[in-house]
Amino acid sequence: MSPPPPPPVAVTAVPRLHPKARLQRDDVRGRDVLLYPEGLVVLNATGTAILGLCDGVRSIAQVVAALEQRYGAPAGTVKPDVSAFLDGLAAKGLVTYGP
Amino acid sequence: MDPKPLWLLAELTYKCPLQCPYCSNPLDFAGPRFKRELSTDEWCRVFREAKALGVLQLGLSGGEPTLRSDLEELVREAHGLGLYTSLITSAYRLTKERLAALKAAGLDHVQISIQGADAELSDAVAGTASYRDKIAAYHYTRELGFPLTVNVVLHRRNLHQVEALIRLAETLGAERIELANTQFYGWALHNRDVLMPTRAQLDEAWQVVQRERARLGTKLEIVWVLPDYHEQYPKPCMGGWARAYMTVTPAGEVWPCHAAGRITSLRFENVRDRPLDWIWEHSDAFTRFRGDAWMPEPCRSCPRKAQDFGGCRCQAFLVVGDAGVTDPVCSLSPHRPLIDAAVAEVERAAAAGAAPDEWTYRAAPASRALAAKG
Ligand code: SF4
Ligand code: SF4
Repeated sequence: MSPPPPPPVAVTAVPRLHPKARLQRDDVRGRDVLLYPEGLVVLNATGTAILGLCDGVRSIAQVVAALEQRYGAPAGTVKPDVSAFLDGLAAKGLVTYGP
Repeated sequence: MDPKPLWLLAELTYKCPLQCPYCSNPLDFAGPRFKRELSTDEWCRVFREAKALGVLQLGLSGGEPTLRSDLEELVREAHGLGLYTSLITSAYRLTKERLAALKAAGLDHVQISIQGADAELSDAVAGTASYRDKIAAYHYTRELGFPLTVNVVLHRRNLHQVEALIRLAETLGAERIELANTQFYGWALHNRDVLMPTRAQLDEAWQVVQRERARLGTKLEIVWVLPDYHEQYPKPCMGGWARAYMTVTPAGEVWPCHAAGRITSLRFENVRDRPLDWIWEHSDAFTRFRGDAWMPEPCRSCPRKAQDFGGCRCQAFLVVGDAGVTDPVCSLSPHRPLIDAAVAEVERAAAAGAAPDEWTYRAAPASRALAAKG
């Protein structure tokens, strides 16, 4: 018994970090983490870059475009990773999508 | 790999206006061992040493942590270090002004306990009229924009309220509700026969949890802490002994978990005498059961040992009298009959319709009496 999967998120949606979550540098282990009540998510460099662009203004499409430009990636190659990453955090309630 | 701690539980004081009969604090919390509380400066130093050691999550607990008038200062220091700070409180007499001051100091998250879904039961379990303060504080946390966890310890007298408790947390707009079946340490072990639920109660509550999880999805996270006496295998206690977690008690002793101080065969160090990294790396209490070299059979050759780490050392000590044996709740343990007997006794009494005994409230006079008895 698990809830039905949410509908796919439109690229115009604006992803935001939930206020309960906080990005933090973990100096001792040389990595970035997302801290939240009673837990943490370890981020790789891409994860940090994605969350760094989620400023509550950029849409998913704009986050993707910014990453493509930054890494010189061909159009369309970045979007699946960004969506999977953000959807994973949204399933944990750490990212919300708004207009 | 050399493990580094991620979590620090700072037990700021063992004083508490509530008297929960399942309290995990030591039975002798009011005795001489915990008398000389750490100062503000000492706690700040502990936080700095913890951060340098790898800690990222800080729980400010007790007893009742809001009884410390320097709590705002402690939060400010922890926040400045980048620690994610959670206040774990009963919310007794907690005002909106105090919470606002803690917010301004950088507090990240508030966890407030409740003992039942209505004032009558909640106050009866807490032994102190506190339900009204709790409900008020839940609203304050929402108004101030704190993420909120509602914490309930479950036992025979409140398990029937699981649905009402979830609805309450939902109405309050909480992020999480922690339904923690009583773990039998401290006062809970002392009151075990009164607190332990029947199998039927647990099954019914678990049905409710599954149904409510399906209904609520990500709107409210429902954490269900397993009743380990009724399980086949032990919990992976603390994610393994001295792997990720440490507790500092009000008077500065450092324990691998909040129940470990009862293990009389371990030697505990104090932050007043040693730096935290030394204690983590070299103290007897932390090194004795780290890794799996200490394991006897049946754990030693068991494929589950990387998963549950042989269960809980405290439970082995409290039930069997030897912290170095397999957790007795494991069905492969030769000591499992001790657990089965306790469970069977509860079922027998319930089937006979016997009126349950009264519990002992967690309170300083009872604590001193128990400490004197040894
Ligand atoms: S469990 Fe109850 S008595 Fe024990 S510290 Fe918490 S609120 Fe106080
Ligand atoms: S024998 Fe030890 S390792 Fe195996 S399941 Fe039991 S407690 Fe865990």
